[in-house]
Amino acid sequence: MISTQLLYALAGVGLFAIGLRATLLHHLLLPRLLALNVCGAGVFLIFIAIAYAGIEGMPDPVPHALVLTGIVVAVSATAMALALGRRLENIKSDAIKSEATKSETLKSAAVKPEAMNDE
Amino acid sequence: MSNAIIWVIMIPLLGSLISIIWSRYASLIAIISNLVALVASTAVLMRVYQSGPFLHELGGWHAGLGISLRADALSSILLVMSMTVISAATFYASAYFTDAAKRARFWPLWLMLTVALNALLLSGDLFNLYVTLELLGLSAVALTALSDNRAALQAAIRYLSIGLLGSLVFLAGVALVYAGYGTLDLATLASLVQANPLSQVAFGLMTAGLLIKSALFPLHFWLPSAHASAPAPVSAALSALVVKVAVYILLRLWVDVFDLVLTLSSTMLLGILGAIAVIWGSWQALQAQRLKLMAAYSTVAQIGYLFIFLPLIAALPEGALQDAAFTALLLMALTHGFAKSAFFLSAGVIQQYCGHDRIAELGGTARALPLTIFVISLSGVALIGLPPSGSFLGKWYLISSSFQAGQWWWIPVVLVGSVLATAYVFRILGHAFGPGESIGRVLNRGREEIPALILALFATLILGFGSAELWDLVAQHAEAAGN
Repeated sequence: MISTQLLYALAGVGLFAIGLRATLLHHLLLPRLLALNVCGAGVFLIFIAIAYAGIEGMPDPVPHALVLTGIVVAVSATAMALALGRRLENIKSDAIKSEATKSETLKSAAVKPEAMNDE
Repeated sequence: MSNAIIWVIMIPLLGSLISIIWSRYASLIAIISNLVALVASTAVLMRVYQSGPFLHELGGWHAGLGISLRADALSSILLVMSMTVISAATFYASAYFTDAAKRARFWPLWLMLTVALNALLLSGDLFNLYVTLELLGLSAVALTALSDNRAALQAAIRYLSIGLLGSLVFLAGVALVYAGYGTLDLATLASLVQANPLSQVAFGLMTAGLLIKSALFPLHFWLPSAHASAPAPVSAALSALVVKVAVYILLRLWVDVFDLVLTLSSTMLLGILGAIAVIWGSWQALQAQRLKLMAAYSTVAQIGYLFIFLPLIAALPEGALQDAAFTALLLMALTHGFAKSAFFLSAGVIQQYCGHDRIAELGGTARALPLTIFVISLSGVALIGLPPSGSFLGKWYLISSSFQAGQWWWIPVVLVGSVLATAYVFRILGHAFGPGESIGRVLNRGREEIPALILALFATLILGFGSAELWDLVAQHAEAAGN
């Protein structure tokens, strides 16, 4: 008979593995970000399972505090990735608009690695 | 003085918040708070040097519930190194950013990066290490994205998602440690850890997460684009410090906490990956067309050297020989930190002067920017490992430890790596001293060139001649760990 704690911990490990696999397979930002969040949820579930101390026992508060901190970190990181992704889309669409008015030769020049130079 | 350890973290944190409100005086606020933090970090180092490692419990809450800050030889030396690099780069950045809007966004993030670095180095438990790693990763990504062009944003997104993956894998390991031992405090863990499957899995997960962060071959793929496309002062901090603190955590876990779980074969695997990184990174650096990309690949190679030390430390008997290898590792890490940051700062000056950083078109820069090219040669001396730089001693001990541990196969790797480093440094100097068409007047950009010069002098002279104190401190550290 599998105990409740082990069941939750195994579910956490499963989520972690699914998320990890998907993170490594996807190259687009959005699917990858979702996969990372699934991966994170798996880790948090493992922490929750560790804190469990039976139906009557008081759960261990330390892992709960850790999960709360972890969720804050995950939310801010996700928000930042989305903001960066949006900024990149804006730059790309600006580039397409400005190129539409120019000739074909300029279009190929804009994609060249010269664009790598910052400042 | 006893509160210096708090000020190291609090002053940059306050500075970061104030610089958001008074963005007009942000440069001044950043310079002042980083100088105060530099003084405080030196006070921490002095205290460790005089009376050994110490612990500070924030708010009087004991470990397990509260946050404790710990300083010992390893962390306080790295702390002073990182504050020196950060302070020099702060002076540099106050002249580097000309765009007011960009400058206003730079300073709060830059100070937050300082906070994260210092807090990470002083953390005494695994969860704080995770939080500071994330804080460091997020501020580093935001700073990379400041360049605000397509390549930089793509690099920043990749850096962010890889960094997140690394820290989640690390966190999974932390969860297993808590499940097994019920504590996350490093000092308590060190006395509890046993060699069982649980420790091995937890340790394996944490190591894997940190290897991504420290960009060991073949997990380095995110590093060159991110380090090469960030603004120059940011690249300096990323290459010199952000990668290095991941290696610091790894070292702390391997040597201090999980030493029973370690097997010689697992350290050997990391050593081999390090050796491949040395050769492959140096080779890529030689092929690179751009100055900053070359420096980024050189970082991949220099990180590789640090990992070659691991199998040597594991194989050598405890005592003077092991301490010597450990000190040499630290010396290599410090030298690379100073040299690479000086290099990136100089590359930034060249990029602003020429409008590009293509190595083949650097002709004439030696006449236009003599001091900058001098700094590049000095840091080149440290990257190659010529005397009197710190990495000369480091490589010397790497070779002698290889003989003592009976692992001769690392020696050709060090030799080939050094020859390749010589080749890529002289390739830059060759082009820089070559004739150039558009030679302007001799430029003197003191506010940007002098910080880089100071860092390069640290790498080549001060670490080379002043390494005796480092030896003392590490011997002290080993004694404290033995007790």
